[in-house]
Amino acid sequence: MSTASSEFKIQARRLTADLHHRQVIQTALGKYEVVRDKTKGAFQDWSAARQAAAEIKWEAINHLDKYLPQFVERLEARGTKVHWASTGTQAREIILAILEQKKAKCIVKSKAMTSEEIHLNEALARAGYEVVESDLGEFIVQLRQEAPYHIVFPAMHLARGEISEVFTRELGSAPTQNPEDLTLIARRVLRQKYLAADVGFTGANFAVAETGMISITENEGNARLTAALPKTMVTLLGLEKILPRLEDLALFLPMLSTMGTGQPLTCYNSLYSGPRQLGEPDGPEEYHVILLDNRRTELLADAEQRDALHCIRCGACLNVCPIFRNVGGHTYGTTYSGPIGSVLTPHLRGLQEWKHLSYASSLCGACTETCPVKINLHHHLLHNRRNAARQRPALGEKLAFRIFALVMNHPRVYGLAAKAGRWLQKLHPLVKGGRLDPARAWTQTRELPPVASQTFKEYWRARQPGQ
Amino acid sequence: MKVTLFIPCFVDLMFPKVGISIVQILERLGHSIECPRQITCCGQPAYNSGYWDEARGVARKVLQSLEAAEVVVIASGSCGAMLKVFYPELFTGTAQADAALRLAGKVYEFSDFLVTKLGITELGARFEAKVTFHDGCHGLRELGTYDQPRKLLGKVRGLTLVEMQEKTCCGFGGTFAAKFPMISTAMGEVRCAVAKATGAEYIVSNDSSCLMHLQGLLDRQRSPLKTIHLAEVLAQS
Repeated sequence: MSTASSEFKIQARRLTADLHHRQVIQTALGKYEVVRDKTKGAFQDWSAARQAAAEIKWEAINHLDKYLPQFVERLEARGTKVHWASTGTQAREIILAILEQKKAKCIVKSKAMTSEEIHLNEALARAGYEVVESDLGEFIVQLRQEAPYHIVFPAMHLARGEISEVFTRELGSAPTQNPEDLTLIARRVLRQKYLAADVGFTGANFAVAETGMISITENEGNARLTAALPKTMVTLLGLEKILPRLEDLALFLPMLSTMGTGQPLTCYNSLYSGPRQLGEPDGPEEYHVILLDNRRTELLADAEQRDALHCIRCGACLNVCPIFRNVGGHTYGTTYSGPIGSVLTPHLRGLQEWKHLSYASSLCGACTETCPVKINLHHHLLHNRRNAARQRPALGEKLAFRIFALVMNHPRVYGLAAKAGRWLQKLHPLVKGGRLDPARAWTQTRELPPVASQTFKEYWRARQPGQ
Repeated sequence: MKVTLFIPCFVDLMFPKVGISIVQILERLGHSIECPRQITCCGQPAYNSGYWDEARGVARKVLQSLEAAEVVVIASGSCGAMLKVFYPELFTGTAQADAALRLAGKVYEFSDFLVTKLGITELGARFEAKVTFHDGCHGLRELGTYDQPRKLLGKVRGLTLVEMQEKTCCGFGGTFAAKFPMISTAMGEVRCAVAKATGAEYIVSNDSSCLMHLQGLLDRQRSPLKTIHLAEVLAQS
């Protein structure tokens, strides 16, 4: 068992036993579902919208060779410096080089899961820079020295009291349970940081190839300030963020917010196309865009699972996933959690080390049903399982399934096994639930039904003496 | 019609009444039934665990045994999904690819067979109870079976159907229940709580595997809420 796998099990055991956590998450996501459904209802034809979105992403991902150069060319034409990073290490080096060149001290960041993916904050802190997250949820988890709990709602696991507590401890503010007061405390701190920052760092929700623009979706206005106030702006994005045309945003912006938060549109949607142009009164003097691969092109080469690159990071699959809802976001130990994380992480960070996430699913398919870009999520979990078992079979398990196949293929042996089971289950109460119980994983929390006194096959044979 | 009945292994071993009820219902409707002796299991446990070669070993036998069948009725949405949805993928690029597609075209989950293929909803059943219906995920999302069981229950005399708040998984998930028992149990507890909130006396489902999981938890909780398969409800008169 990999380290990540045993850690996952330990955390899953802890969180599934935490009934308060279960209550908080179920309630929050229950509310989300109500609002999401109402907003979805405003679409004339949701299933047609999903189909269109899936086709547009298919077009973009299958023609990255055309759209990426187009995107870069348009961005560069307006004076943006574009960088290509094959790995997380390269991306960090590029960013550190920019900061050094700018003699920066303080960096203000808006929400970017790609920066979590490359562990940017840790690298910047190690190099002596001050980094401040400006998204309220990210700001809170940064103060708590935690990873985001959810790709859209980083602090959804925290109650007001816990937020007040960390503000009091880290910022010296007076304790309060009032959400407005809490927001104002964060705002007071952050406004100073926007002014002090030398570099503003953002992620991207979409990258429009046609016009060479970055699209950022947000609710707090923090990304706008991050992009507008510091003299230098840096955007890090995965190369799958591409959309072919500007008009595609007419579908994707409402779709992202509908599935992300249940809003018809988020409060702010901004497009960035380069540094301040001649005659423009504001904007950054210098703009850097870093396109991150980090094994995305390996996934691109996998025709079976390529559609996982369609993901727009709306978080909808996490919200409906009964696994996520019971184990919570941190248990995964990954940047991307929930069903999309379980599909992607084995590709981004190694199949054998992360295959357990693909097994930790009942394959219920709620994720695939909800995904706005129609990624075949739960079938990809099956594909990951197959690839993992093919590449490195667990010998005991393989043997068990060989025996299983043998028994199932020989009805006589199967019949004998049924009889043996019926006899052996009389002894089961002696070991039930204990260390010697072969069915312990089941019987610790559940009763096991007995093998029937007459199986269906026995009934059928008794009825048909000729057979 | 000559109906070939596929009784999956765990139904055969632990829930024979489900199979017997299906036989009674179909015979009452005037169909003749055969149950191929050599079929035991669809191979899903191996398939879901990633051991596709071993799964193919079992599935190949199923394909052969059902080659001549006119129509196949299967007593589980999950095993039905295995035959209808996953066999074609399992056999893609093999000599059995066509056979898998042919089989997929003639397999029906039990409630789907009655409502879609036969066009029957009224079976003259009587079941005096308030019940709620649990959709097995494979039946619901792989096969799209949602209305069929509800139409059948709607015609049962004395029965009141109350819907649960959410359509979530019971947490069974095959080998998942043993590999991650803590998650599986938590999911089942959530599901039981949602079912209890309806005030129903029974959870009815067209999938015995979900019911096995829910009943296992309810028994441990000493809850009076009971589970029963759709076929057993429909066979009562």
